[in-house]
Amino acid sequence: MSHLSSPQRPQLPRRAEVAEASRVLVLLAHPALHRSRVNRRLAAAAARVPGVTVHDLYEAYPNHDIDVSHEQRLLSHHPVVVMQHPFYWYSAPSLVKEWLDLVLEFNWAYGPKGHALRGKTLLSAISAGGDEAAYTPEGRNRFTVRQLLAPMEQTAHLCGMSWLPPFVLHGAYQLGEEGLEAGAARYAQVLAELVAGRVDPAAVAHLPRINENFGWLEGS
Amino acid sequence: MNTQDFFVNAILYLGAALIMVPLAKRLGLGSVLGYLIAGVVIGPYGFDLVGDGGGDVMHAAEFGVVLMLFLVGLELEPALLWRLRGPILGLGGLQVLVTAAVVALVAIALGLPWQQGLAVGLVLAMSSTAIALQTLNEKGLMKSDAGQKSFAVLLFQDVAVIPMLAVFPLLATLTPADGGEGAHGGSFVEHLAGWQHALVVLGAIVGVVGGGRLLVPPLMRRVARTGLREMFTAAALALVFAVTVLMSMVGLSPALGTFLAGVVLANSEYRHELESDIDPFKGLLLGLFFISVGASINFGLVAEAPGRILSVLVGVTLVKVLVLVGLARLFKTAADQTAVFAVALSQVGEFAFVLFSFAQASGVLPGEVAEPMVAVTALSMAASPLLLALNERVIVPRLRPSARADRPSDVEDEGASVIVAGYGRFGQICARFLRANGFPCTLLDVDSEQIEVMARFGARVFFGDASRLDLLRAAGAAKARLLIVAVDDPAKVKEIVHLARTHFPHLAVLARARGRGDAMDLVEIGVEGVYRETFDASLRTGVDALRLLGVHAHRAERSARTFRRHDEAAMVEMASRRGDQASFVQSARERLRMLEEALQADLGRADRFGESGWDSEDVRRASTERR
Repeated sequence: MSHLSSPQRPQLPRRAEVAEASRVLVLLAHPALHRSRVNRRLAAAAARVPGVTVHDLYEAYPNHDIDVSHEQRLLSHHPVVVMQHPFYWYSAPSLVKEWLDLVLEFNWAYGPKGHALRGKTLLSAISAGGDEAAYTPEGRNRFTVRQLLAPMEQTAHLCGMSWLPPFVLHGAYQLGEEGLEAGAARYAQVLAELVAGRVDPAAVAHLPRINENFGWLEGS
Repeated sequence: MNTQDFFVNAILYLGAALIMVPLAKRLGLGSVLGYLIAGVVIGPYGFDLVGDGGGDVMHAAEFGVVLMLFLVGLELEPALLWRLRGPILGLGGLQVLVTAAVVALVAIALGLPWQQGLAVGLVLAMSSTAIALQTLNEKGLMKSDAGQKSFAVLLFQDVAVIPMLAVFPLLATLTPADGGEGAHGGSFVEHLAGWQHALVVLGAIVGVVGGGRLLVPPLMRRVARTGLREMFTAAALALVFAVTVLMSMVGLSPALGTFLAGVVLANSEYRHELESDIDPFKGLLLGLFFISVGASINFGLVAEAPGRILSVLVGVTLVKVLVLVGLARLFKTAADQTAVFAVALSQVGEFAFVLFSFAQASGVLPGEVAEPMVAVTALSMAASPLLLALNERVIVPRLRPSARADRPSDVEDEGASVIVAGYGRFGQICARFLRANGFPCTLLDVDSEQIEVMARFGARVFFGDASRLDLLRAAGAAKARLLIVAVDDPAKVKEIVHLARTHFPHLAVLARARGRGDAMDLVEIGVEGVYRETFDASLRTGVDALRLLGVHAHRAERSARTFRRHDEAAMVEMASRRGDQASFVQSARERLRMLEEALQADLGRADRFGESGWDSEDVRRASTERR
């Protein structure tokens, strides 16, 4: 609502706008960021990568009143979309669901005339409490993260987007300072590669996670 | 005067007022000066349209002052009056005594006998209740420190007239002219002994207070039951007439009596009814009174000795102002308030007309003293609105920024990152909410009563006017991050916002607005947030109304939030379109136009609230088509 702007003055509203040079849109969804250990670190690391726009959904829409056209403008501009959130009940905080329901409109994202997202890339970036072993057929969660993300993968497919294997930070509760630091650095690295357009979805499609197996890129 | 004359005169008076008052208001000089000029124009030295110089009319119109004091009384609860007892007796008493003494000494030095000097001094010590209160009211200054103190002094002067009337005959050195009763005429108490007199006066006061308490409410209830509005007006006027007659009979000032009656009725449930019934009469009669003062200015006398009259006028005004300034400082008044107070009371009052004629009649003053004095009085009343306008535009703004508060403002920088200006029903909620979330605020308010109440509940609120730069600085504005302007007066809000924007550009500002127009002004100035004070409550009422009408809660809630977004966006847009008319005063018509525009925008809102994702209609239709 402000007309005079001064850089050091606090501003309302605080939401990401379309930035010309931005290639990767990180949709951050954490309902209590002040309590978060992992997502806050990841988001901060992401914000420092040139060409990445971090869009904090709970900051932009505290009342879940999603501005659909604004979201669609942001999506249209970015070739790569990253959905970053904790893996609440094997999916996401509720605002992500609301966002999917309202933003991915019929005949915009899907349907006979819905081509807006065609050819773009979708990545899920997830923090999970359980360790890797828990997300195996033998583990207590019985399914792998990739299997549990099937709805998201199918959403990408219906919208004509390429689906990348997820970026997953396991053992979020146990991660120490070192682990957090390493995870954030790896996340930034993945995002930088995405900005540069050096990730070929077909080449990584078989991987269970994009991060642990990121070594294949490091040499290039 | 036959009926025809009466109507012609009425047209003259009203017509002159209708032309001059809007003109004076337009020039920012206030209505009083407009009336006075209207009087001069139709008076014997203008176009000479009213034969007798308005003397009769003035007599009738003095009743406007009586009505005004009744209304003032209605707004003053006894408790408040009691709180003002210090200023009334101290400030008022000293003002009359010191001014009278100084004027008397000068008069004696100029060669008047001491009795005449004293009489002149006492009369000239009076200020004009009509001009001072009308002007202060018009400028919304009645509740300010200067307003309260002016009122206290005027009240004392009203009371002081009574002993003056009693003392004057003792000062008589000349043979009383005939009709020596003057303004005292009609009073039967003169022939009573002192103790009897006192008893009668006391009885009359008890009568007014007791009657107001016991008789008036049931009477009003009966009148109210008729359901006829004019009966109420009749009752209200009859009440004031009755008190006036009673007071005149016992030799008290009718203004004082009706004031007392007003105070007694201030707590009654008919207060507002009485107020709205009397108010138009007061306004018109006061206007007539000012016109007749203008018409009565004896320019012939002025023309004979312009130097003498002018020097007396300047001298008297100067003495009055200096005494008032001295007293205001003595009573710890802020510099800007002192200026308002001193100039508001700097004129000679309407009582002087009465007192001079009484003094002349009872042989205290010879005609060659009294008549020029009456001219000085009228000129002084005429000059007063000009002085007030000058004071308000030139002197007060200069004093304000560097002024020291009357109660030395105790603002401290508490190191909080939020400053809340105005700790009334709006600011309190903001500040409590912020504190509950771990953000202490520095709180400012100008209402010392409010501050005391808050202190009892453990909240520390500093006394101070946030529209002063030094005060904002003292509160830590240079280091704070956020200023919440929660003051209720829209003009004040804008003043504070401007100040913050100019001197503390790093400070985010959230501002309270009364209505759409004020909100648009604030949007134009550019603040981080504008909050119309009743908008949220109205919208929540609307949501519950929808729910009671059977609309699902989630739909109602979302609809309200959409409505709010649209309304706020429309407001920002309208503010930008309003452009160069920014400074124009918002009229009722303009408000209506804006409402219309808002309603139009509601009708045109064909979007789907951005929730088509919840609506399967399109998908269903598409799937049927495919089949």
